[in-house]
Amino acid sequence: MSSTGTESTTATAAVLALGDDALILSHRLGEWAGHAPVLEEEVALANIALDLLGQARILLSMAGDEDELAFLREERSFRNLQLVEQPNGDFAHTIARQLYFSLYQHELYTELAAGNGPFAPLAAKAVKETAYHRDHAEQWTLRLGDGTEESRSRMRAALDALWRFTGEMFQPVDGLDVDPAALETRWLAALGAVLDRAGLALPEGPRTGAWAAGAGRQGLHTEPFGRLLAEMQHLHRSHPGASW
Amino acid sequence: MTQNWPLWEVFVRSRRGLSHTHAGSLHAPDAEMALRNARDLYTRRGEGISIWVVPSTEIVASSPDERDPFFAPSADKPYRHPTFYEIPEGVRHL
Repeated sequence: MSSTGTESTTATAAVLALGDDALILSHRLGEWAGHAPVLEEEVALANIALDLLGQARILLSMAGDEDELAFLREERSFRNLQLVEQPNGDFAHTIARQLYFSLYQHELYTELAAGNGPFAPLAAKAVKETAYHRDHAEQWTLRLGDGTEESRSRMRAALDALWRFTGEMFQPVDGLDVDPAALETRWLAALGAVLDRAGLALPEGPRTGAWAAGAGRQGLHTEPFGRLLAEMQHLHRSHPGASW
Repeated sequence: MTQNWPLWEVFVRSRRGLSHTHAGSLHAPDAEMALRNARDLYTRRGEGISIWVVPSTEIVASSPDERDPFFAPSADKPYRHPTFYEIPEGVRHL
């Protein structure tokens, strides 16, 4: 059990940041199984969840035992962005979360894949997946933003509600060899282009400073995260060491 | 909601050199989403290199009532089948 604590080496910080992002968002998307508005979309969301789970397994295995890290860590030891732990909400909230995150992850992995750091092999493989995740979120943003009055107002509300969680994506992470400011510039440009095509404007609320949210990388999480962890971990904790 | 989305027929080509084959159908709001749904539903295990989607309403099908005039006349014309040849030894895949 003591090995499940997070050793605060530089590489581990970056591995847990990327791995926990993928793991937690994967779990959230998996919650749509059996609940999505249409069967086709349920499969699409499950596909994205499985891509992310595959990334999480590789990443967490770089930091230790993947099962121990996923199922036996306490809330404060998780290093994921607060954005990815936010509840699914309505479909527009899920798409807004996915749009913000996929644009970020795709820009990030594109840069990591071009380098020769420890994440380059993973990123080179994952970038093909994130390109599709990004396309999926963009297609839905266009349709919800440019759809009916109802879909437009829901998409608007979702983008506004999650906006304050987006500043955290561009805080420097130890061991992650990227320029956060340049990443943020590319992210804003890509996001602005999509929203423009969808007939939506960039949200105007704060993304940084006292009114923004986001200390997930430091292990501070929002209230819904505790319930997510309880559901994700209870089986493993109830039956330690069980296997199929 | 599903009822409002049109039905699409999906054709997948699994390898270069083969034809597109009917894989199934799905619901989607428009052609672009139909392509993406088809990718998720019918090519998850590496089945495809190319996908066509066609609105189901655009498919014109022969009717069961017309089965006899359509298909029966070919039944008694065995000479249309390539069964009257001696297959030379050494020809494989026939």
